[in-house]
Amino acid sequence: MNIAKRKFDVLVIGAGGGGLRSSLQLSQAEAKVAVVSKVFPTRSHTVAAQGGMNAALANVSPDNWHWHMFDTVKGSDYLGDQDAIEYMCRAASHLVYELEHQGVPFSRLENGKIYQRPFGGQSQNFGGEQAARTCAAADRTGHAILHSLYQQNIRAKTHFFDEFFAIDLIRADDGMILGALVLEIETGEPLIIEAKTTLLATGGVGQLFRTNTNARINTGDGLGMALRAGIPLEDMEFFQFHPTGIAGRGMLITEGARGEGGFLVNKDGERFMERYAPHAKDLASRDVVSRAISTEVREGRGCGENSDHVMLKLDHLGKEVLAKRLPGISSMVKTFLGIDPAEQSIPVFPTAHYTMGGIPTNKVGQVVVPVEQGEESVQGLYAVGECACVSVHGANRLGGNSLLDIVVFGRAAGNHIIDFLKDNRYHRPLEEQGLDMAMERLARWDKKGQGETVANIKYELQSIMEEYCGVFRTQDVLDKGLEKVLEIEQRMADVRLQDHSKTFNTARIEALELENLVDLAIATVASAAKRHESRGAHSRIDYPDRDDARWLKHSLYYKKENHIEYKPVRLKAMTVDTFPPKERVY
Amino acid sequence: MLFKVQRYNPETDKKPYMQEYHLDDVTSGMMLRDALLKIKESDETLSFRHSCGEGVCGSDALNINGKNGLGCLTPLSELKEPIEVRPVPGMPIIRDLVVDMTQFFHHYRAVKPYLTVHDPMPEVELAQTPEERDKLDGLYECILCGCCTTSCPSFWWNPDKFRGPAALLQAYRFLADSRDQATDERLQDLDGPYRMFRCHTIMNCVNVCPKELNPTKAIHHIKQMMIKEMV
Repeated sequence: MNIAKRKFDVLVIGAGGGGLRSSLQLSQAEAKVAVVSKVFPTRSHTVAAQGGMNAALANVSPDNWHWHMFDTVKGSDYLGDQDAIEYMCRAASHLVYELEHQGVPFSRLENGKIYQRPFGGQSQNFGGEQAARTCAAADRTGHAILHSLYQQNIRAKTHFFDEFFAIDLIRADDGMILGALVLEIETGEPLIIEAKTTLLATGGVGQLFRTNTNARINTGDGLGMALRAGIPLEDMEFFQFHPTGIAGRGMLITEGARGEGGFLVNKDGERFMERYAPHAKDLASRDVVSRAISTEVREGRGCGENSDHVMLKLDHLGKEVLAKRLPGISSMVKTFLGIDPAEQSIPVFPTAHYTMGGIPTNKVGQVVVPVEQGEESVQGLYAVGECACVSVHGANRLGGNSLLDIVVFGRAAGNHIIDFLKDNRYHRPLEEQGLDMAMERLARWDKKGQGETVANIKYELQSIMEEYCGVFRTQDVLDKGLEKVLEIEQRMADVRLQDHSKTFNTARIEALELENLVDLAIATVASAAKRHESRGAHSRIDYPDRDDARWLKHSLYYKKENHIEYKPVRLKAMTVDTFPPKERVY
Repeated sequence: MLFKVQRYNPETDKKPYMQEYHLDDVTSGMMLRDALLKIKESDETLSFRHSCGEGVCGSDALNINGKNGLGCLTPLSELKEPIEVRPVPGMPIIRDLVVDMTQFFHHYRAVKPYLTVHDPMPEVELAQTPEERDKLDGLYECILCGCCTTSCPSFWWNPDKFRGPAALLQAYRFLADSRDQATDERLQDLDGPYRMFRCHTIMNCVNVCPKELNPTKAIHHIKQMMIKEMV
């Protein structure tokens, strides 16, 4: 085969916060790093994160990492792995200071320290008073962090492949990952990038659902690549619905809006969260608030002509707080709804937001798969961020923990790879047959003729997911949903592209993305149909309770035969006592 | 609603041309990006960049009825028909509405857009008062969409030498940061007849910025800092 080839020590796929934090660590250690991204790095979806990043700096309220750990374990509905959670919460403060030193323009307190705001699920002293743990740059924290990390990578001379789409991992016969086949979008030419290690940092798959807070690029490409390489996906049934997407449109209104004092009301003007979470109220965990909103609407207390949303009230906060702390969402609401949140409430509804599940990893980012006894790492493959499942978020992620997740594990994976490179000085020879799957995947879209369209199938898939795999689930609905997504999978064979040109062919990219979406829809619904309990974001009307005796375990979905197995939750922390599962009230 | 969209595929076309599209199902509140997506549903050969749909990723800078802006933040209701959509001017066209942004990012990287601190870093955050931090508002929010730079006649005339408004805004974002310790180097780097001084305060940049930032003001501040350095 006559395909151009490049060789690096490390290939990072994805240039959001996770990928860029890894590549920075690696470039600073003088490893040769290639970052491949299907969009220019600062277009990555980290840019849209608003509210902030959790760390127990104690700048505003008394705090320590152990309380943060408790809140995260409880927020995860005890499905999070406690060793990884301890690792993340311990590292958090250091990582925030490091970001600040790297230039992130955090908002400030009068004493010159970083501003922190209250967020959902945060407490002092293991479930006591509300904590203020979320470090914020107004409501543009993700933008501030992503740009700073990109800028530091410019300084560190990281090698970027902007607008290259990753097709598939290149796998040796023994399972070791040797790099990836990528496609240069501008020219349509394939390129082999050989690497001693490959790190996936491709983000989540919010595009599974019709109404979502996510960018169009969030199609779970890394998750799809992992599945096709025979790697299972962990806990895919846990998909977070953010309580406050703009109703019907999906744009995110940060939890920070409630952190700053905003609250939700139903059509009677009632502050209904008081009924669902008497203590934390509007700052309960996201799963709790999303269920509460859905319940209000289902029981006829929704607002608007169709009684299909609730209102987020911010008008009592005053123009100054809105301008200072929430300028981004204020201007977004003005642009898209034509209203000023200083004067009018915002219509909101739970909206698909975050993939808790993903590629199973350990706490240094190595991808791990089950073997007869326990698990072992996949040689040469790492994953960090939303595409990974460490698992620090378990069944429900706390707001402010995802920006933390990406920098903590991006850095940890970078460090681990640096050690790996010391013992693995040379590239393994690349076997050409390792490329077959990737080349076939590309060639498939050269088929000409009439057929179904990518746009239609995508729309149907997203509608099915919304209808059959939403906030509240039952066996019946999930079984039907699975049937329907499997039908979609069949129909994919009949999809044809009309555009077969090479130059910047976005139709072809969307087709490749759709393949990933279809695989991930099946993974999500199949995993959800199998879990007969309610835990975190996975809410079963027919199994309303959490069932630790049977279900305190992670699911692992394999593409082959849609097989699902389970592995234990790591309840043992690194150094502190386990937080044993308790009833979860806010 | 009638759209005229500039098309160009280097594999088949000798030069760009305008193609007409009609959309019947235009609903209130639709943005230009929504319309382009609808058009693409019926003609998948139309290429354009876009992603977040809410004006934070900076992908979909376009020339809309003669003025640069983001497709996702431009309501159809504010546009006169026929709506003419072209790639942003002054850049090589790759295909349809997609331009080559290499030059733009070259200038961005050239202003060393990263915080530079020579002192040893403290074990906690570098202190910064709220007033000092306020000076970064209106600067750090830039999304690198390129609307400003590609609307700037000075940039059209000297695209290889003039840094352009976006890069200069970034230069000032670090000059204005109380934590940064590279002021002298940054000012020296911008000296000379081209890199910054090609700005003739035409102010197209201010006029088109979708984030309502003001590069001209930033350039003015840089000039003031230079004068201060000299005396």
